[in-house]
Parts: sequence; structure tokens; C-alpha cells
Amino acid sequence: MHEMSLCESILDILKEEAAAGQFTRVKRIAIDVGLLSCVEPEALQFGFDVIMKGSLAEGAKLEISRLPAEALCLTCFKTVPVKQRFDACPECGSEALQVTGGEELKIRELEVV
Amino acid sequence: MCTVCGCSSTKAHDHDHHHDEQDGDHLHFGNGDAGTSVPGMNQSRLIQIEADILGKNNSYADQNRTLLADKGVLALNLVSSPGSGKTTLLVETLKRLSGSISAMVIEGDQQTSNDADRIRETGAAAIQINTGKGCHLDAHMVGHAVEKLPLEAGGILFIENVGNLVCPAAFDLGEAARVVILSVTEGEDKPFKYPDIFANADLMILNKTDLLPHLDFDVEAVLANARKVNRKIKILQVSARTGEGLDSWLNWLDAARAMQLVGLQQDRAAE
Repeated sequence: MHEMSLCESILDILKEEAAAGQFTRVKRIAIDVGLLSCVEPEALQFGFDVIMKGSLAEGAKLEISRLPAEALCLTCFKTVPVKQRFDACPECGSEALQVTGGEELKIRELEVV
Repeated sequence: MCTVCGCSSTKAHDHDHHHDEQDGDHLHFGNGDAGTSVPGMNQSRLIQIEADILGKNNSYADQNRTLLADKGVLALNLVSSPGSGKTTLLVETLKRLSGSISAMVIEGDQQTSNDADRIRETGAAAIQINTGKGCHLDAHMVGHAVEKLPLEAGGILFIENVGNLVCPAAFDLGEAARVVILSVTEGEDKPFKYPDIFANADLMILNKTDLLPHLDFDVEAVLANARKVNRKIKILQVSARTGEGLDSWLNWLDAARAMQLVGLQQDRAAE
């Protein structure tokens, strides 16, 4: 479950931000997870609670926003919404799609004390 | 006396209310997050950051990629599920490269050094990384392993990732190309079930093709499925056991090695 390692990366970022932004505790973390990113939100939530124990973010709320995925259709040149990597273009049926969004995995906002 | 708010109540009561709320006959301040009250200041604040959660891994990966490019070494990240025949393919490949090309291997497994031992028998330098509970290699581990290897221009570094089609997908190791190995004893729908790993691969090797006569495996279907997930993926059909298709794989390695050296020669000429 690589979500554990991702939570450790989140903790590293929080520690760096705490030193730079002069805060001692994190109450809430808002993260963006694209629909096509390699992350299972439930596993991330589970790993988060475990990894943050005893840290500056113990008990913090993890808010996960799923960002939609979109792709450029190389046949009809429209940007179309997709749900999976192997979806066909909903406009023209072409399978030549290039994913242009939905792979995000980032921390957007922190509520700190 | 209540030790939290100092009121005279001896009964358990909660303090989980807004800090300026009136509670019966007294007002609570200082129960906020900072444990103190400063007039005019909100105790918690919002910080907007745009921090890529994989940022640290990616920066280690960039360092690895730069170092390997400077040394003229082609690094390949080999990913697959357990039992796809990755190590056997690697051993057969190393035997053929032996004597002509400097080949190095980083072996990632949760436990044991069995695979590195098999590799060393071919004469190639091998470093075993045991990830313990970890389910993938990351760029930091690979960076340390690379320090221990004799990097030689024109050489190939094979990084055999932990057998897992899920977790390694997210972690760039600094490789020049990612190679996913799928064996014909697995399902044709693997590219759909684990799209991330196929979407990020440059080459797919369909291994154990010598078993096809004994199976109902639909080769055309798996090729079409892989291409639906990744239009640019190149595909080779190989049997590491019989040697069928290995020449094509060695040609691919030669071409990739040449690409890794092109820039290097130009850089050297410019110096």
C-alpha cells in the first residue's frame, strides 16, 4: 500500500511548512487527488490517521477533493471528460485520447495554529 | 474545580464549543486551538500551498536521471506482478550481454537476496534492496544503490522493482524507460485492471509465450487492451525460457543504449 509512503511525504511537507510558516499544529489539510492519480482515497485516509499519530498533525482532518479527469481527443480535437484511461471519446468514439488532466496529487491548503 | 475551564462544576462537561459562545453564566475564552486568547486574532489560519506530494521523490528521481545521463548509463525500471518471469528474463538477458556490455542490476524485494544471488551468478554487479514492508522502490533508495555501482558509459542498469502492478506506478526512479512485463499465464484484461502501470510504460514485454499452446490466452486482445491504455507503448513477445523473441529485446536495448549515448557524445565534443 503505497498510500502509507505518500502520507509520510505529506508529513515531511507539513514539517517543512511548519518550520517556514511558524506554526506548531495542523488542524486540517486539503488535498487534491485527480481521478487518474495512482491513489485510493480510502487507503490514503487510513494511512493518514496512522502516520500522523504523535505528530504536529495528529487528529487533523484530511479533506480529499477528487479532481475530474479530461483528455484531448486527437481525432475531433475536443477536450472531453473521461473516467478511465481507456475510455473512448464521448463525442466521436475515437480511442486516440491524450490525458490532459486528472493526475494531480497535491496539498492545496492547510489550516494551522 | 474543572481543570480545563476553571468553572466550579464538578460534573463532566464538554468544552467543545465556539470560543466566544456564552455558556450559562460565564464566557469561555482561551479554549481555542492556541490555548490563549488574543483580541482581534483568529487562532487558526489558512495557508495556501501548492505542494506536490510526490515532489520529494521526483526531485530524487531527477538527480538520479541527471547522474545516469552524465555517465551514459541506460537505466530501466522493470515492473510486473510477482511470478511474471522478470528475474528469469533478466538472467537470460545478462547472459547474452555478458562480455560485451557492462550490465548492472538493482533488485527490489521485500525480503531475501535470492534474486540478487541469481543475478550475480551471471557475473553482473547486483545490489539487493530489501524494502521490508515497502511495496515499491523509490528514487531515494535507488540513489543510494546507484552510489555503490560501477557506472560505465554505454552500460545498462536494470532496476527490478518489487513485484507489484499497483504501487510502483506512482514512483519515478529516474529511469530512462519503464518496461512492464506481463506473462501469458495472467489475464488479458491486466492492462485495464492496472492501467496506471501500463499508462506510464514505454515497453511491454509479453513473456512466457512458449506456454501459449497450452492456454486460452488471447494475444491479440491483450495487445489491443495495452494500446487502449497507452497508445505509444511498444510491445515485444518473448519467451525467456526458449529464447524466442529475445533478439528483438536485445535490439531494443541496443537502440535505447545508443539514444542514451547520443547526447553524451555531443556534450563531450562541446567541452
